[in-house]
Amino acid sequence: MTDVAQRNDGLATWTDGLWEAAVAGDEYAATDAALAALDHGVGMETLLIEVVARVQARVGQEWAANRITVAQEHSATAVNERVIAALALHPAARDAARAEPGRGRITVACVDGEWHGLPARLLAEVLRLRGWRVDHLGAQVPTPHLIAHLHRTGPDAVALSSSIATRLPTAHAAITACQATGTPVLVGGAAFGPDGRYARLLGADAWAPDARAAADRLDGDLPAVAPASRHSTDDLPHLDDQEYTLVTRSASRLVRHVMSELEQRVPEMARYTVQQRRHTAEDIAHLVDFLATALYLNDPELFGGFLTWMAGILTARGVPASTLYPALDLLASRLTEFPRATGALAHARAALRASESRATGPA
Amino acid sequence: MAGLTSGLGREATGAVWRAAPHPVLVVDADGVIEQLNEPARLILPGAAPGVPLAAVAPAWLVEEAGSGPVRGPIGDRVFEARPVRDDDHDGLVWWLTDRTDHERVAEALRAERERTAFLVDASNELLASLNLDRCMEVVARLATRYLADAALVILPLAGRRHPVAYCGPDGRVVREHLAVDPHELPGLAEALQGFPPMPSRWIDPAAAPGWVARQGLGELGSMVVTALPGHGVSAGALVLLRRSGQAGFSEGEEVAARLFSARAGAAMSAARLYAEQASITETLMRELLPPRTRHLDGVELAARYRPSGLSERVGGDFYDLHPAPEEGQESLIVLGDVCGKGLEAAVLTGTIRNTLQALLPMADDHHRVLELLNGALLSGDRSLFVTLVLASARRVGTRVSLRLTGAGHPPPLIVRADGRVEAARTGGTLIGMLETITSTTDTVLLDPGETCVLYTDGITEARGGPLGDEMFGERRLREELAQCAGMPPEALAERVQMLASQWAGDGDHDDMAVIAITAARPARTAGQEGQIP
Repeated sequence: MTDVAQRNDGLATWTDGLWEAAVAGDEYAATDAALAALDHGVGMETLLIEVVARVQARVGQEWAANRITVAQEHSATAVNERVIAALALHPAARDAARAEPGRGRITVACVDGEWHGLPARLLAEVLRLRGWRVDHLGAQVPTPHLIAHLHRTGPDAVALSSSIATRLPTAHAAITACQATGTPVLVGGAAFGPDGRYARLLGADAWAPDARAAADRLDGDLPAVAPASRHSTDDLPHLDDQEYTLVTRSASRLVRHVMSELEQRVPEMARYTVQQRRHTAEDIAHLVDFLATALYLNDPELFGGFLTWMAGILTARGVPASTLYPALDLLASRLTEFPRATGALAHARAALRASESRATGPA
Repeated sequence: MAGLTSGLGREATGAVWRAAPHPVLVVDADGVIEQLNEPARLILPGAAPGVPLAAVAPAWLVEEAGSGPVRGPIGDRVFEARPVRDDDHDGLVWWLTDRTDHERVAEALRAERERTAFLVDASNELLASLNLDRCMEVVARLATRYLADAALVILPLAGRRHPVAYCGPDGRVVREHLAVDPHELPGLAEALQGFPPMPSRWIDPAAAPGWVARQGLGELGSMVVTALPGHGVSAGALVLLRRSGQAGFSEGEEVAARLFSARAGAAMSAARLYAEQASITETLMRELLPPRTRHLDGVELAARYRPSGLSERVGGDFYDLHPAPEEGQESLIVLGDVCGKGLEAAVLTGTIRNTLQALLPMADDHHRVLELLNGALLSGDRSLFVTLVLASARRVGTRVSLRLTGAGHPPPLIVRADGRVEAARTGGTLIGMLETITSTTDTVLLDPGETCVLYTDGITEARGGPLGDEMFGERRLREELAQCAGMPPEALAERVQMLASQWAGDGDHDDMAVIAITAARPARTAGQEGQIP
């Protein structure tokens, strides 16, 4: 136990050092911190997964809590990217990558529209350390590019990353397309749920909670490819009711409707600046986007979870979460003919209320 | 209901079953034949009243005491026998029907269905991949699963070796490159050449060299070599191996093997053609793709580019980077937007980039460069034009001096350390349209951490947003940039690209390109610069 505690303490020091440098946007100090950790015997893989990845996770948490600005968030991410690039050039990384030639080939990519490229980047580096030949295609890869790449290179597997749940319908299309070429697909990232439930729902061949688990999974027997005769609609029979399609197609009309009605119901909106008004419209567009995703996956909890998360974001920025109720009501009044959407809205309303009473109730 | 026995004695009913075209036997409780008709006598020689059934009939008929129909062979035919119980004297009346033809048809149908299912499976799996290696594996595996105990797929020479995929009885595929002489195996050389045309060829397994008849396969019973016909040329050859003790290939199996070979050959040929096309495109595109950005002396640079078409990697926007030949001199950065799309735009992009490369010695005078480029484009036979912005960057102490000249292009935006956003005061006519052009050059100084943003109109003209039909617009871009003061150039370029892409959502958008030119912040720790790529 002492060993573990000491090791964790040791890592915490490195993590804090890297975090301070990253959030200050100081790539030199950040790279120094990472290289110093290597010099003190922290393994390359541990450094990537338990230091760099944790710092990146903290960047997201601190942004959500409104403790750092958007500019700081982006700068810190860019600094982390440079740290990873510097580590990849370190002799320790190059020696490890050379150790196992002829290991096999893996394509790593983010689904289209997914901008959080760092988790995939980390996985690419960990796989290289383990001797794989890795093609890292980067963030937001259009599915046709990905498929063309698979035909050209014929990798042993594809690792697809997605962080934002609203990319899941796109991820589903990408998973199906990759499998159609006979390539097994491993997925990862926050979008697939903490237990990987959406990975199973969308028919991925394997799921991993983090880069290390993904690398372990690929080190074992490669996942079997889903049979070629499977259709993507087999996974999601509820799409038959067309609710997802109709809500998606009318998304901007829904947002416009909610915006104009809100102006009448919420008197404070009259004093909103252009920018505040735009933020409100963007928030509502996000609501509709998450609602549509919940319909795609047939999981009202996804929408409820998003709403409580958003309430937290708003509260951290001094906006009362109760402003979300009128928007939910207005959406519900527009979607009365859609039973699943109505159910998801009611569920989200209850989840929001529960989280509010948790926040205000006795500790 | 009248008892059968009582009827049997009567001539009227007796005549009915005696004349029936099916064999009929009446057997008593002890299993002794009481009566039988002529067809029964014909199929069971020696059968006669008083003879025990067991002495003349096969066991499957004799041992049956149930009430349901049974079936089995008699001689070289197959019969179904229906027992009819005779309650009056505990006997049985057997009615036999010749099912030989029925069985044969049913068996043929089953085999045919199996073959069809195999061919459908094979087609699905073969059509799925355009990767030649994977196609070979699939062919070898399918052939082993349905047609043989082991199979080899052999491609024509690639270099000095033949790519080979072998699938053994365990279903595992081994891929290798073998330096073997196809003449060692009769028929293989012809199959690989696709000439002269010949049917699948039966070969004495003893003639198989060791790389075909592999260890662990045991003694071979039969072997066949088939050509895999591609699109006009041979895509390779398929060798099927069966162990001794296994049946040889039936006529139906040979038909299935031939159909399979045709599909496999077409799929492999398509994969080969695709790989050739892709490699040609890749070679051509490599020249057209923008260069990797890198950091120059005191100047940090980042670029982001997203072509409009989902299937395109090169569009109408381009950028280029010409680092200073010597420290202290200017580096030239170019961002342009060619009218038009696709291959034509890509070709024009190449022309412009080559011309600008040749004009580099004159880069001191942006106007002169633009004039000469204008002349070069006007002399071409196509009415194509381009808007662009030239940026010459040079480190001056800790700051960066920038000369910026726009030609029909949105003016660059400068993000100051305090969050102010200024537009460069430059403008001019687009290039490739008019005989004479005008242009004004602005000179801008960047303090450490300040950034100049070059962008194409794909960013500002992105249409979408939460309400669905708004332009992203320069005003929004400026507002967002005001939040980006002090960001590293990669983060800033990515943020602009992300905002515009998310604004456009899944809707159509034009090519989008952003370049961020940042005055480097001094390293706080000396001696680490070499570590930063």
